[in-house]
Amino acid sequence: MIELSLKELAAGLAAREFSSVELTQAYLDRIARLNPQYNAFITVDPEKSLAQARAADARRASGESAPLLGVPLAQKDIFCAKGWRTTCASRMLENFVSPYDATVIERFDAAGAVNLGKTNMDEFAMGSSNETSYYGAVKNPWDPARVPGGSSGGSAAAVAARLAPAATGTDTGGSIRQPAALCNLTGIKPTYGVVSRWGMIAFASSLDQAGPMARSAEDCAILLNAMAGFDPRDSTSLERPVEDYTRLLAAPAADLPLAGLRIGLPREFFGEAERSGCDARVMQLVDEAIAAYRALGAETVEVSLPAMKLAVPAYYVIAPAEASSNLSRFDGVRYGHRAAEYGDLDDMYAKTRAQGFGAEVKRRILIGTYVLSHGYYDAYYRQAQRIRRLIAEDFAAAFRQCDVIMGPTSPGTAFRLGEKAADPVQMYLSDIYTIAVNLAGLPGMSVPCGLADGLPAGLQLIGNYFGEARLLEVAHRYQQASAWHRQRPAALAD
Amino acid sequence: MNQGAAGGWEVVIGIETHAQLATQSKIFSGASIAFGAEPNVQACAVDLALPGVLPVLNRGAVECAIRFGLAVGAEVAAHSVFARKNYFYPDLPKGYQISQFEEPVVKGGQLTIRVGEGDKATEKTIRLTRAHLEEDAGKSLHEDFHGKTGIDLNRAGTPLLEIVSEPDLSSSAEAVAYARALHALVRWIGICDGNMQEGSFRCDANVSVRRPGAPLGTRREIKNLNSFRFLQQAIDYEVRWQIETLEDGGRIQQATVLFDPDSGETRTMRTKEDAHDYRYFPDPDLLPLVIGSDWIERVRGEMPELPDAKRARFMADYGLSAYDATTLTASLEVANYYEAAVAAAGAAAAKPCANWVMVDLAARINREGIDFAAAPVSAQQLGRLVARIVDNTISNNIAKKVFEAIWAGEGGSGEDAADRIIEAQGLKQITDTGAIEALIDGVLAANPAMVAEFRAGKEKAFNALVGQAMKATKGKANPQQVNQLLRSKLQ
Repeated sequence: MIELSLKELAAGLAAREFSSVELTQAYLDRIARLNPQYNAFITVDPEKSLAQARAADARRASGESAPLLGVPLAQKDIFCAKGWRTTCASRMLENFVSPYDATVIERFDAAGAVNLGKTNMDEFAMGSSNETSYYGAVKNPWDPARVPGGSSGGSAAAVAARLAPAATGTDTGGSIRQPAALCNLTGIKPTYGVVSRWGMIAFASSLDQAGPMARSAEDCAILLNAMAGFDPRDSTSLERPVEDYTRLLAAPAADLPLAGLRIGLPREFFGEAERSGCDARVMQLVDEAIAAYRALGAETVEVSLPAMKLAVPAYYVIAPAEASSNLSRFDGVRYGHRAAEYGDLDDMYAKTRAQGFGAEVKRRILIGTYVLSHGYYDAYYRQAQRIRRLIAEDFAAAFRQCDVIMGPTSPGTAFRLGEKAADPVQMYLSDIYTIAVNLAGLPGMSVPCGLADGLPAGLQLIGNYFGEARLLEVAHRYQQASAWHRQRPAALAD
Repeated sequence: MNQGAAGGWEVVIGIETHAQLATQSKIFSGASIAFGAEPNVQACAVDLALPGVLPVLNRGAVECAIRFGLAVGAEVAAHSVFARKNYFYPDLPKGYQISQFEEPVVKGGQLTIRVGEGDKATEKTIRLTRAHLEEDAGKSLHEDFHGKTGIDLNRAGTPLLEIVSEPDLSSSAEAVAYARALHALVRWIGICDGNMQEGSFRCDANVSVRRPGAPLGTRREIKNLNSFRFLQQAIDYEVRWQIETLEDGGRIQQATVLFDPDSGETRTMRTKEDAHDYRYFPDPDLLPLVIGSDWIERVRGEMPELPDAKRARFMADYGLSAYDATTLTASLEVANYYEAAVAAAGAAAAKPCANWVMVDLAARINREGIDFAAAPVSAQQLGRLVARIVDNTISNNIAKKVFEAIWAGEGGSGEDAADRIIEAQGLKQITDTGAIEALIDGVLAANPAMVAEFRAGKEKAFNALVGQAMKATKGKANPQQVNQLLRSKLQ
């Protein structure tokens, strides 16, 4: 049961081969047995999950049928879920039980999905290794001595370890795509504004976007159908006609299913000198994947994204600036952690926030506060916004030459726990290939493209605005022709 | 000092006003903004700044800003931006206030003020810098919590329009005239209830002094003045204090000060050195506010005639004096009442209608402490009553009785209440010359002593005879007519 795709699970549930309660219980048992090894979940609440499963079975019994009815999913602990402890992996929210549902949660509830639990993550989604969680690091199921990536590392580890068939993630600078790459998953960050941010605890509001993490592009498409859609509660949500993201997947496989597809290969990734920015074994796998695409009928063109090299510095101005303001609400006044002992009001704020936030969160609040300060705003924040526009213009120019841009997702495979923890800049460079996509607001995916010394590597696919359906199709055709996404960690217990 | 120059000093004042907008719900959430609810019952997830919540702009608040921009002849910006003003305070739930900073929704504009009373009033045009939309904070309650502070977030997120004037005001009297004119305008165009006790309209005054011709002096900002009297007192004190400080050789430090109504003094709250760095930046949760010309035109079409235009029209169409026209356009309710009364009475009765509204009705309304709209005598009823004076059906004195009767509900609620009362009580004026002559003959015959006194040159006796004649008709005779006939008979 645990190896079944979402489509197969839906079929099994529809055929009454198993009930949602049985399926949910199977996963809960697995979580109980294996989660201690991976620390993928912060909160599991079997009673709540099983109650949802029973409700789904009842809906099924009354004749309802839907793609996710009764399907258990893991939810990143960044989504507020009514009655669930919602921590964002911070001590600050250790005892915060949300009184309301995020739109994503609400939509999965309406679709009949079962919440298996809240997954671990970097604290407030700040990190690329899942080591900044107050609830401990997450271990990569491919090698428990290594990180799963971050910030959606708990979701990635949970799916890779078959503790959930699929999960949600959020991606501010690569937080879906990078852990997907490091854990051999398929993940998609949609165009900014496609999935509502209501109830998703904000890290950097202008960059944050939720998306699915699963074992195939097809599963991602099914999940995105449930997650996407206009939400009047989010002013940055886009009012567009409802899309079926699976609509291009069903087309019959031809000999050259991707004939006519133009793949843009940025000089900044693939140039002679630039290649060295990436682990050679990963680059080799990416090249092979692109060769496979040519075999499917696609052609490749060289494109250029000259402002790309400014993406990481611009990101590390904009994201901390927004974060410093977004995290101001955690002040010990209304909810969340409050220092047990303090003097006056300023002391209460200082102690509460000193105790409630971890080192990486504090570092980013400090950076953000600094770049927004009087006298520095123009030099940093305004300049970073200009770079952001240049990057978007670069992509716009590139998409006049091609339909999809490809490259590595991450410059390396999963690194060892603690390896980069002491060097924030090295850690920030983990997202060198993914960050520009967030700055431009474009959709991006990561697709498994092979193993380097037993560790997964990811191929990144970048689409034009609202190109999710096409991206998923491009990923799906590759997955029809390859088996990398079916690989499972060798050491994984059954 | 109120006239500006004070012992060789020039006073420079600019005013920032926070007008609470008369919307149903908050500026970024659906919670109610009704005043006086139990603490924190009108604070939803957004107002509490729970993790993950997002703001959604209330279109009604934007519409208020557009109305204001049109009313003061300002530019309503096609594109404006909400920004976060970051600071920590327990009644500021998000740790930032959503406001507008670099790009406000209303730019420029002007307001004409009148300083002084009656004929001595002078007009002055005050330039506005801008007006922008923002949210209010909650309230910190320091009483009843045994040394702790209670937080009430009902007010958090209430929509405000902050209206900023140029430093064009040169006395406390001008400042009050400006505040009154602005107060009247925001109520007139229906964007603010103007309730100053409840904090719906509050002013900050930036005050500085300088020698004529010298560059601007250092200003101090007096915060949160919620009555016209306090505004006047605070500025007067502050000006005196600044002049004394400078004349004593001291320097003014830029500061924010509070006015204490009990002592009548201002005291420093914080100086520039400990001013916050608010770290303004565009709020990424909100898109830029785009206002199309079609929206502006629709609002323009729904705007009431503005006070200045109405005032000019009252003078031109109804022949009212500047004073009367100003009084009758002090609020939209009064102006609407007056116009409806004139419509019922006929344009010829415009002037007596003005007197009735400004004097008799206003006095009665003040005594009862009610609004014009709540007066038991409707504008139509009053107009029909005044028409009966103008067409000589009743005298002005009888009309006062009829007015009281209508007020008391006699004559019913119809427009013809006055006619019903006149009819029912037989108050119709006697205008038949023959009948009045006969009456006067009777009075003269019955009062030979008075006649003799008059003939002896005592004018007072004439008045007594008029009184007798009026008494004989129960006041129904036309007084002018009685006067005239009596005098001719006595000659």
